[in-house]
Amino acid sequence: MLSVKNLHVAVEGKEILRGIDLDVRPGEVHAIMGPNGSGKSTLAQLLAGREGYQVTAGSVRYLDMDMLAMPPEERARAGVFLAFQYPVEIPGVSNALFLKTALNSIRKQRGLPELDAMDFLTLVRDKMKLLGMDEKLLQRAVNEGFSGGEKKRNEILQMAVLEPSLAMLDETDSGLDIDALKLVADGVNRMRNAERAIVLVTHYQRLLEFIVPDVVHVLSQGRIVKSGGAELAVELEQYGYGWLENEVQVS
Amino acid sequence: MPTSTKQLDELIGREYRHGFVTTLETDTVPRGLNEEVIRMISARKHEPEFMLDWRLKAYRYWLTKAEPEWANIHHPPIDYQNISYYSAPKSGKDGPRSLSELDPELLRTYEKLGIPLKEQEMLAGVAVDAVFDSVSVATTFKAKLAELGIIFCPFSEAVQKHPELVQQYLGSVVPYTDNFFATLNSAVFSDGSFCYIPPGVRCPMELSTYFRINEKNTGQFERTLIVADKGAYVSYLEGCTAPMRDENQLHAAVVELIALEGAQIKYATVQNWYPGDKEGRGGIYNFVTKRGECRGDNSHISWTQVETGSAITWKYPSVVLRGDNSVGEFYSVALTNHYQQADTGTKMTHIGRNTRSTVLSKGISAGRGQNTYRGLIKVLPGAEDARNYTQCDSLLLGDRCGAHTVPYIEVKNPSAKVEHEASTSRIGEDQLFYCTQRGIAPEEAVSMIVSGFCKAVFQNLPMEFAVEAQKLLGVSLEGSTG
Ligand SMILES: Nc1ncnc2c1ncn2[C@@H]1O[C@H](COP(=O)(O)OP(=O)(O)OP(=O)(O)O)[C@@H](O)[C@H]1O
Ligand SMILES: [Mg+2]
Repeated sequence: MLSVKNLHVAVEGKEILRGIDLDVRPGEVHAIMGPNGSGKSTLAQLLAGREGYQVTAGSVRYLDMDMLAMPPEERARAGVFLAFQYPVEIPGVSNALFLKTALNSIRKQRGLPELDAMDFLTLVRDKMKLLGMDEKLLQRAVNEGFSGGEKKRNEILQMAVLEPSLAMLDETDSGLDIDALKLVADGVNRMRNAERAIVLVTHYQRLLEFIVPDVVHVLSQGRIVKSGGAELAVELEQYGYGWLENEVQVS
Repeated sequence: MPTSTKQLDELIGREYRHGFVTTLETDTVPRGLNEEVIRMISARKHEPEFMLDWRLKAYRYWLTKAEPEWANIHHPPIDYQNISYYSAPKSGKDGPRSLSELDPELLRTYEKLGIPLKEQEMLAGVAVDAVFDSVSVATTFKAKLAELGIIFCPFSEAVQKHPELVQQYLGSVVPYTDNFFATLNSAVFSDGSFCYIPPGVRCPMELSTYFRINEKNTGQFERTLIVADKGAYVSYLEGCTAPMRDENQLHAAVVELIALEGAQIKYATVQNWYPGDKEGRGGIYNFVTKRGECRGDNSHISWTQVETGSAITWKYPSVVLRGDNSVGEFYSVALTNHYQQADTGTKMTHIGRNTRSTVLSKGISAGRGQNTYRGLIKVLPGAEDARNYTQCDSLLLGDRCGAHTVPYIEVKNPSAKVEHEASTSRIGEDQLFYCTQRGIAPEEAVSMIVSGFCKAVFQNLPMEFAVEAQKLLGVSLEGSTG
């Protein structure tokens, strides 16, 4: 589904990703871990289509399309979703209007009829209930004055409504209390199926206890330095990244 | 993240949608201004003596005045002798009595502008007084309004049929000595709308005028006078467009509102005059004087404006709060793109006791647009317990545009409370990316973000107008995404 080959990316002349190879197949859950500043968000944002990066080498294919040639809205309509590490506020635009506009843009692309306000509300209310979200957040401006946890849950709500094929979650677990974390994890697990792939960026093993990944990658200084099964996350929790960096040097 | 100015610029590159010219036979006075021209205008309109006298007084006063220079706008000198001060469609010389008498070409123009008059007549709710160049060519709903004693007609008709009302109120809020452009207007104004709501009457529909400048090298100088008698209520809508021309055209209108005791006037404008092209060629110079007076106690005047057009906008809809407990409001959205310049704001003059004013201004600058809010809150010694709240927010798209806030406050009564808040923000790549990542097209995203920014102002427009204003913002910000 997603195939990243030898990807090199620079920002303002500084190389941040230095040869990433990553293959994600439908139905899989991948976790990407790694120290601060190692390039996790850069990778996720680049894949989602953010401007301002220079791809100096390598390629990205998604569902047999040259993903790097597509603008972000086309990637989104083709099923790529990013839950942002820092969701943006949009004053004066209601959460409901924003999400409905997004959903209808995506439905249009898929040849589905647009949802009217009533159908949309029915759909979104259901999903909110499952995530333990207050319905009042629908009428508030997008993320404006939301608590940290509300923002993160709002990202998951958007994912649940937009039903992407490739969902990337950038540190959606940080800032959540333990109950919220479980609700979010349940929300993600409900979406796991044979067609959908999920990429989780996280610092904590705790999330991976609830959402058990198929593959764990460790990113360090712009490279994937180790990949393994779910047990890799447990080892990292125990020994820290220093252990890995030593190992890399030894090998 | 580096801001991609180029992308934003592409998004907001726009084309003017109303830039067609209507070919009509017209009766146009040769260019130039002198007493002869003024006598000619007055004669063509069969005006009573007092009107001609007033015009001549204004003209003689104008000769002694110079253009104001304090506004934050820049333009080459205007040659006032190179403008024609009167132009009327020939077929409408004596004023058509019904829509069927109108030149079909003219009706098609209105249709292109999205004002199907024929439909409007049936659509309950909006009565349209359409001003084409200088002469009012169609007034609908007159009969219906007449039953309630409401007068809503072209200014030239009011001068003939209701001279006592015109004489009583004309220039009583904006005297002919007020400012350079208002003085010029007083001398040469050719038509406009007149509206009178009798005591205790609530006007049952939104009254609306569409103005359009069509003839080349014609300045348009219309004059609007609205009087709400004791306890009356009226909501008035004004919309404007003008065709594309390479040369600049002058538009110097005057609007006077008078609210007597307990009366309320709501005046809304959507101004979309031709803004000039992407290089800043052409476009309307919109130098307008709008002022309302809350003459009676407990009266209420509110201005709401959405300004997206004109090369230059110079406009300060103001309220004189004379009556005790009177309320003045100003809600504004001004958008400047490419080389457009707007210097706009309001003046609230508190004279009566316990008077209240609210100012909410939203400026949006894109391209190389320059947007200035200029406001004066004046509290006179007798204005016990006056209150003002002002909020000015600026939104910048790209990094070559400018936003400026110039608030003046003059308080001569210590019991007054005057508050001012201001903010400036930028549509970031962050917000845009957040939207497009969710599948929303970039143009739609920009227009959604801008609409969100303007929400508090749009809430003060009548429902249908709010939808129109929102669309207009979308169109104004439209362009290719490259
Ligand atoms: N626009 C930018 N300009 C300059 N440097 C940048 C830019 N974006 C990212 N970087 C740098 O690239 C590196 C990787 O950043 P990134 O946000 O991808 O890290 P991360 O792995 O997500 O870290 P964290 O765990 O703290 O979220 C950092 O050193 C960061 O400062
Ligand atoms: Mg990060």
